[in-house]
Amino acid sequence: MAELDLASFFLALLAGAIRVGTPFIFVSLGECLTEKSGRINLGLEGILITGAMSGYALACLTGSPWSGVFAAGCAGLLLGLLHGIVCSLPRVNDIAFGIALILFGTGLAFFLGKSFIQPQAPMLPAIMLGAWSDDERVRSALSINVLFFIGVALAVVLHWGLRSTRWGLMLRLVGEHAESAHALGYRPVLVRIGATATGGFLAGVGGAYLSLYYPGSWNEGLSSGQGLMAVALVIFARWQPLRCLWAALLFGAAGAIGPALQAVGISAGYYLFSAAPYILTLLVMFVTCRPNRTLNGAPGELSLTR
Amino acid sequence: MNRLPLLPRTIRTALPALPTLLALVSSFLLFMLFLGVQGKPSWEACRLVFEGAFGSVFAWENTLQRAAPLMLTALCVALPAHAGLIIIGGEGALVLGALAAAVLPRIVPGLAPLPMLLGMGCVSMLAGGLWIGINGWMRQKRGLNETIGSLLLSYIAIALFNQLVEGPLRDPASLNKPSTPPLAEDYLIGPLSESFQVHWGLVAGVLACVLAHVLVRYSVTGFSLRIVGGNVRTARMVGLPVDRLVLLTCVLGGACAGLAGMFEVSAVQGSANAALIAGYGVSGILVAFAARHNPPGIIVCAILLGGIEASGSLLQRRLGLPDATTLILEGLLFTNLLAWEALWGRIGRWRLYLGERYERRYAMEAQHG
Amino acid sequence: MSTLDRRDFLKLTGLIGLSAALPLSLARAADKPLAVGFIYVGPRDDFGYNQAHAQAAAIIKSLPNVRVIEEENVPETVAVQKTMEAMIRQDGVGLIFPTSFGYFDPHVIRVAKRFPEVRFAHCGGLWQEGVHPGNAGSFFGYIDEGQYLNGVVAGYASKSKKLGFIAAKPVAQVLRNINAFTLGARSVAPDITTTVIFTGDWSLPVKEAEAANSLIDQGCDVLTCHVDGPKVIVETAEKRGVMSCGYHASQAALAPKGYLTGAEWNWETPYRAHVEAAQKGAPMNNFLRGGLKDGFVKTSSYGPLVSDEARARADAIKAQMIAGKLDIFIGPIKDNRGNVVIAAGTAHAQTDVVLEGMNYLVEGVRGQI
Repeated sequence: MAELDLASFFLALLAGAIRVGTPFIFVSLGECLTEKSGRINLGLEGILITGAMSGYALACLTGSPWSGVFAAGCAGLLLGLLHGIVCSLPRVNDIAFGIALILFGTGLAFFLGKSFIQPQAPMLPAIMLGAWSDDERVRSALSINVLFFIGVALAVVLHWGLRSTRWGLMLRLVGEHAESAHALGYRPVLVRIGATATGGFLAGVGGAYLSLYYPGSWNEGLSSGQGLMAVALVIFARWQPLRCLWAALLFGAAGAIGPALQAVGISAGYYLFSAAPYILTLLVMFVTCRPNRTLNGAPGELSLTR
Repeated sequence: MNRLPLLPRTIRTALPALPTLLALVSSFLLFMLFLGVQGKPSWEACRLVFEGAFGSVFAWENTLQRAAPLMLTALCVALPAHAGLIIIGGEGALVLGALAAAVLPRIVPGLAPLPMLLGMGCVSMLAGGLWIGINGWMRQKRGLNETIGSLLLSYIAIALFNQLVEGPLRDPASLNKPSTPPLAEDYLIGPLSESFQVHWGLVAGVLACVLAHVLVRYSVTGFSLRIVGGNVRTARMVGLPVDRLVLLTCVLGGACAGLAGMFEVSAVQGSANAALIAGYGVSGILVAFAARHNPPGIIVCAILLGGIEASGSLLQRRLGLPDATTLILEGLLFTNLLAWEALWGRIGRWRLYLGERYERRYAMEAQHG
Repeated sequence: MSTLDRRDFLKLTGLIGLSAALPLSLARAADKPLAVGFIYVGPRDDFGYNQAHAQAAAIIKSLPNVRVIEEENVPETVAVQKTMEAMIRQDGVGLIFPTSFGYFDPHVIRVAKRFPEVRFAHCGGLWQEGVHPGNAGSFFGYIDEGQYLNGVVAGYASKSKKLGFIAAKPVAQVLRNINAFTLGARSVAPDITTTVIFTGDWSLPVKEAEAANSLIDQGCDVLTCHVDGPKVIVETAEKRGVMSCGYHASQAALAPKGYLTGAEWNWETPYRAHVEAAQKGAPMNNFLRGGLKDGFVKTSSYGPLVSDEARARADAIKAQMIAGKLDIFIGPIKDNRGNVVIAAGTAHAQTDVVLEGMNYLVEGVRGQI
């Protein structure tokens, strides 16, 4: 009996990791792409919230959740573009602009989203991978949203793309050493704007996952800092898309473990449980960082590591 | 220099304020456009923002009250920035400072009000300074990036704060709002005067900005800092104690944020509880960047931000606009500020050009005359 | 501005402030409509706590000779003090309903002392004679009666005999609800257990959804909650095909299949009482409490899954409560660690203030505080 319980506990934890972790996959891949080009966008938090709102709103208006996902991506793209363009101006600090973008994005979403708190939007469907099982818990754990698989595929594609395609090399070169990229005839500014906008698109989609699938409603407390957490996550993952995927699942599991433990009767220290991913990231950074050397895999042009 | 004709002279002194002014104008225009497109009364909204922020004595009280903690949390960003560090974890230092101040009366009970308040100020500064100091230390010793480190440490501090306030440090009598035991009446900080309801945190904030200005601008330490912030290698070459300087700015910055926490406890909340986590740290980052990390500028920018936040109430009650309206205005203001500031480099070049031209002409006139 | 100028400025503005405040105290004439202010801590349409208040405020709005001023998303910081003051100064309100727990101490108390001619009717606080100002007061409803009925209905509906409760923080009012829910369920089937999950804050949708899923995975087949917005929890339960009981307001529309019943506020009653007293100039009722009997709380109509037997039993209990013949907390009651918390022979009437300081979970609740 105890064994069975343990198995179901871990199944539940895995399911929780996927449910909670999927937005992290998108936001962290977006941030990874942005940072690979040598910029950091702290504004993904604002983009995420704007994405969640515009996705929900459009799904409400059109009746199609997928058009909501697309709208969320486009809203993210626009805000990402704004970040990319403004930070291309001389003397603009990307961290400061990111924080301004958090404010702006959040304000925009809350302002325009007021009238969409009450209506019910159509939700994204889940794929029932567990239809074979009689156990409702297994079926529920294995009903996974399509966006999760898209996220996994995206991580693989980005991993391969950054490593072995021309544009991947160009992006990394721009992030590593803009002058050499310039000397080779690329235009670092344009590459960065493109990378930031694409990152914004992905973060917007991550927001749509929140409002259109899990937890699946639009309100002002929807995000609990997933966008900012993604910045830490990318460092945790050492700027590698595949590791971002694992890290996102790990962060998701960390978010799911508190409730899961309480459900089996262990309820002490739930605040510290929710801080676990931060403590973990800090520890990993502390152990692996060395003075006078940048982090392994860190883009050389990143303001974070200079 | 000061014998230049009046016009170019005024232009030259007014120029540094120009990007800020342009940002103000353009962000308000965009704000009006945003509201106008939706058919909301945009002009009236702008008028109410002004009225709610600066239109009456009460509005000033409201604005200054909100600005007080922002000045201190902004210094938590600005001081390390002078040594080239970007610290964004002021919120963590604030809550820990608040917690330290709130528990001091429990550890050393029965002190007279003044020593107790001074003691509370000291421990809060110690707690905040230590927390941000850890950031500086981790960066200098381990090369751990201070921006992300401070963000993580801030989250950890808030979790720690919640755990302690709802666990071992909770006052069992705080039934529905877990808090530390309330401060005795004597240990509460009142308003500046009964007729001007702004607490002493404002004085502390202004004073801290002035002191920071003196430190950065007029002291040898400040001069060394500028070298460190400009180029660490040069600083090391001339033998400056880089690690110690970086650590100093972090500790001082953190101490300011911690002090903000102490004032929130002793002048506003009366105890430490979750209401302290109100985003003062994040607003402080914006204030610091808007002021270009210049302490006197921080005073102005904090008042500006405090004013916008104060005006939100009036916008809701008079026009039925959502509370997020002020967030939009703040967001616009800061994005515009950063964008306009980017043009500052170019304006700087015009300034040089203007100056040279007039100097040349003045010299020529002097020769002829 | 030098410090000297600043001091003069403060004095001057102080004087203006004083003169501005004077005419206000004389302002309210008998036939003028009463301006009533409502302050919410979250958005008005959260399907929960704030919505319950806003719905009642909308009814107050329709009363003759009443003007309603509302403000939402006001944090429990200096912001709420300034909002109350602004409502008094700028809108001339004579009665304020600050609706969040956290507003009471110190914010309402502090502002109430400064404006003795304005009434402050706070929701949820524990007003004490001699300690708190006479123009402030607190009202609250015994919603645990509704949660007890939720428990009774859930006890009949549950097949697994495991219920789930998702709560924000382990504070007295929440614990009382968890206990009442459990006692209600165990009055039907003594072997029922309630598993409780604390999320840590009043509005954390992702955590709440995750908590709901975890509880369902552990076999709980009826969920209820005490968080600000139960929407996510009720929807998650419906999606997973388990039943739910609502809280704050009716969530029946969100879960047409699995919604059993719900404990709802009916704030209209205390609101009306306070408004009428203020209009007549009757003395302030400083400590206003009521349950089903008094119309402070109500229950949602039963959902399709509620059996006839359950309906009959719940209706009978409800009738007894309305008649004032049923107390929930009757000894002997043990907590979930085995200690006797209410001795045999002791019965706490609902109005007993002891119950408002509840700090234990009764036998049958799985969870720690």
